[in-house]
Amino acid sequence: MSTPIIDTNVFLGRWPFRRLPLDEAPLLAKALRARGIEQAWAGSFDALLHHDVDGANGRLAALCQRTDKELFLPIGTVNPALPDWEEDLRRCQEKYRMRGIRVFPNYHQYKVDDAAFVRLLKQATERGLLVQLVVSMEDERTQHPLVQVPHVNLAPLVEILKSVPGLRLQLLNAFRSLRPDLMLKLIGAGHVTAEIATLEGVAGIEGLLNQIPVERLLFGSLAPLFYLESAILKLQESKLSAAQDLAIRRENAVKLLRG
Amino acid sequence: MSRLMEVADRMGIDRVVLSMGLPPLITNPTPDQLRQKNDETMAALLHWHHRAFGLCYVSGEHVEASLQEIDRCVAKGSLVGIKLWVAKRCNSPEVETLVKRVHELRGLIVQHAWHKTGGNPPGESTPEDMAELAARVPEIPLVCYHTGGNWEGGIRALRPYKNVYAEIAGSNPTAGFVEMAVRELGAERIVYGSDAAGRSFASQIGKVLGAQIPEAAKELIASGNLRRLLTPILKAKGMEV
Repeated sequence: MSTPIIDTNVFLGRWPFRRLPLDEAPLLAKALRARGIEQAWAGSFDALLHHDVDGANGRLAALCQRTDKELFLPIGTVNPALPDWEEDLRRCQEKYRMRGIRVFPNYHQYKVDDAAFVRLLKQATERGLLVQLVVSMEDERTQHPLVQVPHVNLAPLVEILKSVPGLRLQLLNAFRSLRPDLMLKLIGAGHVTAEIATLEGVAGIEGLLNQIPVERLLFGSLAPLFYLESAILKLQESKLSAAQDLAIRRENAVKLLRG
Repeated sequence: MSRLMEVADRMGIDRVVLSMGLPPLITNPTPDQLRQKNDETMAALLHWHHRAFGLCYVSGEHVEASLQEIDRCVAKGSLVGIKLWVAKRCNSPEVETLVKRVHELRGLIVQHAWHKTGGNPPGESTPEDMAELAARVPEIPLVCYHTGGNWEGGIRALRPYKNVYAEIAGSNPTAGFVEMAVRELGAERIVYGSDAAGRSFASQIGKVLGAQIPEAAKELIASGNLRRLLTPILKAKGMEV
């Protein structure tokens, strides 16, 4: 029996561009449980495009609660390009008891060195919240022609990170555009981690661990947008030591959430 | 190659289909480069013929040279079909000439096709181009690599042409891809591929294993359909099916 997995990259709700086989929360919960996922950090598809971010966060919290509150850990969204985003941040923590937030600089049309975003990073850190930064949602070649969203440019973060001590930042869906040299700079500048949903290449985890410390890599599936099996099989595809396997499956996520 | 097969073993992949030689990939190869790439593929098969099949890299930009390569590598050599990539679109008469020659040899024909948001480079085929070719050669089986990347449109473009098979590699493991392909094309027209080493074996086989389709359909996609497509040339060459 393999060690249970903590999936740090799951979404609930409706993907805007197609229905997905597991886009009903109970179906997704059943599939996650069946494949050994003991906890799934769940963001909201609605939050990609909705301006009523708190509405999306409230529905997400309720859905997690009523579907499988032991499995789904709701991760709210904050959009610092919207007026009074500070109230959304406050509600994420104080009203919905969320332990982290998810941000989408590309879908929400701001840059990572915009002043409001830097303020958000500082306030989230003061509140002890984990920040998940979504670098992309799709391969740019397969996006809807009316919604072509570039991958987030992470380069300015290297300097920003130095000004936000204590920030816990996880990059989601980063590896289509994030090159190892920039990842190393980000790691050197702060407590930055990533997950494996968009990691490609034969034995990709093995290859990546030749370049970055295992402590900075977590399990993430991007289910239900991606087939859950993709991420699970990546653990099998790479030859990992027992310690590396455990760290990616679970332990790094436990530490990251604990802070 | 030994490294590739070591990982393939971890993933339960018994055989692979090779093409286009060693890196770097060449998008618009000269005749000399085609020969070099095919030599590299055949060299790999010298040691791995029990685990791998090889395809002859050809180009509609160089018809005569490609016909010579088909003669050298498929008719007389160890390769079992052709791979067409992005040098010239497959709705061209030049590609049709190559396809017909390979079919005479009963070889496998695979063509890369994407329909990219933002547009394709000039020589890159789309599934719509593949449909044009398929309509002109309805008796010839064709494999459409990547199902166009934007697979919902690709599946629709290929759907009317029963001689075209949809291969599923080279895109994100987006849920619903294989389910839609099975619904619209039937499981007997879908072929697994990995696009290794650029892609992960895991992310691509995950499309098959994660799909909500019958086990029998998964078996067809993972191996049964390709085995059926390769059987004519393997028999013609006296190779094990």
